[in-house]
Amino acid sequence: MSTPSEAGTMSARSTAVDMRARREARTTIFRRPRPGETVIQLFLLFCGVLSIFTTLGILYVLGSEALLFFGSGLVDLGEFFTAPVWQPQAEQFGIMPLVSATLMTTLFSMIVAIPLGLGAAIYLAEYAKPQTRATLKPILEILAGIPTVVYGYFALTFMTPLLRGIFGQNTVSIYNVASAGLVMGIMILPTIASMSEDALSAVPRSLREASFGLGSTKLEAILKVVLPAGLSGIIAAFIVGISRAVGETMIVALAAGAGPCKLYGENASCFQPFGAAETMTGHIVRISGGDLSYNSIDYNSLFAIGLTLFIFTLVLNLISRWITNRFREVYQ
Amino acid sequence: MSDLLTSVPEDKPMSLMPDEVVFRRGLAGRHLRGRVWKIFFMMAIVLALLSLVALFLNVVNSAAGLIVVQYNIDPAEVVPNGDLAAATAEQLAAGIVEYEPNRALVLIRDNLSSVPVDQFSASTMSQILGTHLYPESAADKTPRDLEPEERAAILAQNLSVDVMKQFISDDIIGLNVLETHSLFESIFDRAAIEEHFAAEFDPATTRLEFRLWLRPSFLTSGQSSDPVLAGIRTALIGTIWIVAITVLVAFPIGVGAAIYLEEYAAAFGNINTRFGRFMQWFNRFIETNVRNLAGVPSIIYGLLGLAIFVRAAAEFTSGRFVGVTDSNGRTIISASLTMALLILPVIIINAQEAIRAVQSSIREASYGLGATKWQTIWNQVLPAAMPGILTGTILGMSRAIGETAPLVIVGASTATFLDPNGPFSSFTALPIQIYQWTARPQAEFRAIAAAAIIVLLVLLLLLNATAILLRQYFRRKLQT
Repeated sequence: MSTPSEAGTMSARSTAVDMRARREARTTIFRRPRPGETVIQLFLLFCGVLSIFTTLGILYVLGSEALLFFGSGLVDLGEFFTAPVWQPQAEQFGIMPLVSATLMTTLFSMIVAIPLGLGAAIYLAEYAKPQTRATLKPILEILAGIPTVVYGYFALTFMTPLLRGIFGQNTVSIYNVASAGLVMGIMILPTIASMSEDALSAVPRSLREASFGLGSTKLEAILKVVLPAGLSGIIAAFIVGISRAVGETMIVALAAGAGPCKLYGENASCFQPFGAAETMTGHIVRISGGDLSYNSIDYNSLFAIGLTLFIFTLVLNLISRWITNRFREVYQ
Repeated sequence: MSDLLTSVPEDKPMSLMPDEVVFRRGLAGRHLRGRVWKIFFMMAIVLALLSLVALFLNVVNSAAGLIVVQYNIDPAEVVPNGDLAAATAEQLAAGIVEYEPNRALVLIRDNLSSVPVDQFSASTMSQILGTHLYPESAADKTPRDLEPEERAAILAQNLSVDVMKQFISDDIIGLNVLETHSLFESIFDRAAIEEHFAAEFDPATTRLEFRLWLRPSFLTSGQSSDPVLAGIRTALIGTIWIVAITVLVAFPIGVGAAIYLEEYAAAFGNINTRFGRFMQWFNRFIETNVRNLAGVPSIIYGLLGLAIFVRAAAEFTSGRFVGVTDSNGRTIISASLTMALLILPVIIINAQEAIRAVQSSIREASYGLGATKWQTIWNQVLPAAMPGILTGTILGMSRAIGETAPLVIVGASTATFLDPNGPFSSFTALPIQIYQWTARPQAEFRAIAAAAIIVLLVLLLLLNATAILLRQYFRRKLQT
């Protein structure tokens, strides 16, 4: 680089040559076409866009097959939401028995996962020494990493006999909603615990100290200051937990029962905690595991159930995201 | 805190301090409440840990134990040690020829013969066996003239081990499990079981023996409808194929998407242009979308795979375009692609975090030395982010190994007894096998399901240990 004073001492001709050389040099650095990099950038863009295609694919597949289902003439929307049974053989397609079973297992799982998950989170974040925490957290994560089919085995061979031992063989059937729900709660516990713990740990120390300074005990500081401050994160954790419970498949497929319950009318069997009931996910797995021919009403009905399930979990996930973003307290 | 403030009247600030006596009385109660709740919080952790212990013990409990078996012939007389599942082809063939010399010919006729059934006994072995292997001395003999050794050699050289095991089990030994006991029962209540056995069963044809369901032959045996012979070789090979292809597909795409979102997305959008604003919105949309996909239940991916990969893309996934004719779309490649979509969000989110954690000074130094954007990413950013990226990938692999629902939907009713031999063959996988065995009511199937669960958990453990080792290796490499 030459300074203006140096340039002034040079002849006009040499300055022009210099300028051109410099312009060329600049071109080689900035403008040289790099086809390789462009190709790579396009590939990376494609990778990013692929996730959108996945979502579109899910929406298209569920939507189009569900349309075929409703267009088959065997079922209309009113019947879909009000009929008391789901019996494809009898051409009765009421989704509510399946939904009610899903809600029942979800309820049971939350009875376990919310108090225990939150309790574990409070213990880890507020009481445990750093070393204890460092050992306990990975162990909890093992619970989260165990495949769901193993939990299904656990529900069927441990929880069900346990419940039958406590409440009697006649009260509790071999396949029952409670067993599946309780084990599902154990499975979801680490998710809720770890998300809530993050929320609690994000509450600054100064708030706790201010509370101690006003004379509160440790418990009072936790219940009246720390928990309210971390509430948005905790509720988001609960909702993520519920969403996982709604979409969970293998536990309910193995332990909750292999036939939809009846919602109302004679012999109504939904809402019995120790009775068998098939959830949306359980039904999809059982039907698709058998002989399934394309273009049959059975095949299409799976996607109608899948669409219902997808909407459920999507709404729950969106609410959870909204709560975290909307109500998050940001501390300096 | 707020109700404490509002409950105090403004004109009596001193009443903020309670009376000394009342305060002291209240204090004991408050501390007691604190201790009680602390115990509750602790119990939450303890309960979680107890369930983990119960889960493991429950699996171990079923994976071994005393069984009551019934035999027509003691298996120890047919094969060495009586362990059918571990016997070699030669031992099995010798056992068949010794106890059922004529049925051995039937086996040859049904499985190996290339001449019509009515000419079988009149033909020579070279005509019958064609291109199959046989001892030279047998070439010109008719089946009836074969020496026992020759029959055994033909069986051993041509028939699969699984077929011979099944034959011996069904037709010679007549092996039948009558009762299965769990491990703890067998250890702590052995006397009662023995008493029960002596009272109920005939010791001439039945036997009480201790069986470890998880044994080496369990890993090497193929599918069987008999729980004593059933093994997980086919399922294990299926799982390895699926996970391998899944990672091959999902790793580059997932890391690519993360690089795009972290390194290029910001530079793409010059906020002052309309296109730039669109790109910014678009990139945020991708981010949100990835996070939403992570929350979609796995069974939905199964339905997606069923409709797209199994059905719509059957021409490709069945392998018809490369000349595979014996399968429909329910193949390993369909399962792998479904699984790849499922674990993509996991890989993307983890890789994004790893890339974001790389200090920008590294990038700036690289630019300062004249490197292009891609050279900087490839040579500086990716190596620094590799430990985090690998951790995320292994998390994704763990999920792909354990996920069951999408595999059941994509693989469905393909009851396959053959080992998969490529991406276009039908499959079964370890979790599917566990699901199917657990769903059977008989205790023997629960027992082999437990054995398979142990294999699955050990596999996951190895994978996660690898992740930790890899992370340490890369850390050390970065430091030096």
